[in-house]
Amino acid sequence: MSAETAAATAKKDSLFSKKNRKLLIDPLDDSNPITVQVLGICSALAITVQLQQAVIMSLSVLFVMIGGNVIVSLLRNMIPDRIRIIVQLVVVASLVIIVDQVLKAFQPDISEKLSVFVGLIITNCIIMGRLEAFALGNKPGPSFLDAIGNAMGYAWILLAVSIIREVFGSGAISLPGMGQVKFLPAEWFMSEGGFYENNNLMILPPMALITVGVIIWIQRSRNQSLIEEN
Amino acid sequence: MAIDKNSTGYTFIFSIAMVVVVGTSLAFTALSLKDRQDANAADKKMMDILRAIGVSADRSNANDLFAEYVVERVAIDLEGRLVSAISDAVNPKDKSDPFSIDVKKDYRASIKSAVKAADGDELAMAKSLADADLTFPLFRCVNDANQNLFVIPVVGSGLWGPIWGYVALEEDMTTIFGANFDHKTETPGLGAEIKESFFTDKFKGKKLDVGGSALFSVLKGGALTDENSVDGITGGTITSKGVDEMINRTLKVYLRYFESQTQARI
Repeated sequence: MSAETAAATAKKDSLFSKKNRKLLIDPLDDSNPITVQVLGICSALAITVQLQQAVIMSLSVLFVMIGGNVIVSLLRNMIPDRIRIIVQLVVVASLVIIVDQVLKAFQPDISEKLSVFVGLIITNCIIMGRLEAFALGNKPGPSFLDAIGNAMGYAWILLAVSIIREVFGSGAISLPGMGQVKFLPAEWFMSEGGFYENNNLMILPPMALITVGVIIWIQRSRNQSLIEEN
Repeated sequence: MAIDKNSTGYTFIFSIAMVVVVGTSLAFTALSLKDRQDANAADKKMMDILRAIGVSADRSNANDLFAEYVVERVAIDLEGRLVSAISDAVNPKDKSDPFSIDVKKDYRASIKSAVKAADGDELAMAKSLADADLTFPLFRCVNDANQNLFVIPVVGSGLWGPIWGYVALEEDMTTIFGANFDHKTETPGLGAEIKESFFTDKFKGKKLDVGGSALFSVLKGGALTDENSVDGITGGTITSKGVDEMINRTLKVYLRYFESQTQARI
């Protein structure tokens, strides 16, 4: 984890120094939490049927990630070592409960669709992983950037997978507040006598795994340094 | 003064402070959002009731459509006696409004254990519920075709957790006009299918077997069905049984009310 040690030594860097930029950009590609570290894929597979769920989920994870990283980073010199995992868990769990309550109040339909997966953000390995590996040893500033970087790394995979799945599975695209927009004319569909049929396989869970697999494949063919030597 | 971060005393103090801070902030969040959440839950309930009579509503028009279609809200007791009836606008904060009766809570609090203890023995169940002071809501609706419809909320247990739904009866009080079901944690692809239209559509036009051994049956997958039964969900046997149980148990209470109504009319 070169990024961490680099940031720890960079004491008086400006917020957008090269090292800090690395914190933001690395998780998008070179150390992407989903495609490279393969963390947090449970939720990534479960809620990518529609784009709007993925958007809300990404925002929730972004909020929990930033909140958790900054809070734990602020408390890093106060947290007793022996109970640090519990403290991290409590911080994450409280933030998740807040997100869950806010969704129930303002986005009830999406909250219903996300159901248990909002609660399961608590167990998202990305979050606990970043708290334990980064926030506990770094200042709030870099921790904040690290949180954004990792949440974004999670988010873009989620969005990419959900766009692919929704377009091919439902012939539509949905965004929060806009509902599902069907962009293909209704008469194209076989049920209306047309030639096109949605691929129902895309809606089923296995396709999420395959789509993530394809993304990993493309990423590795572009970025040879990710390929392990045998 | 240097504090030993790893001493037991410090650990305790830290934990206590953490619990207080977290507890306060969560309680504050929950309380400040409660009104909105309750309003959302009320909207959802209205949408479900409307869906049972074949009216599709969304959150923006649930209140208006509910006021338009639901002409009367009635509360009855376990014996089928009328407790109250209201027909003006819904006020979710009014506890005496039949709309506010929390059937899920009643089920959790008293009915669930009574059903389990009675194990099919109706007298025993009636006895144990007699002092629970339960009321049951009934929604009388008039649809676009000017049919009188009665919407009855039902609650029961599936395999993993609660299941619930709304059954709409036609004016003869024995024909099912429509039904919808929902669940909390049933298995996706199996028990969870009770909320899908392929299952709920089967209830349309079926009849209650008043006087028969069971009012209505959800049969094990693949069985032959008649006008008093529907085919259950293959692989979702326990959830299907739960649907069967909640319909029979709940509708019995309402039938007593319907009988007294018909007698009064004669």
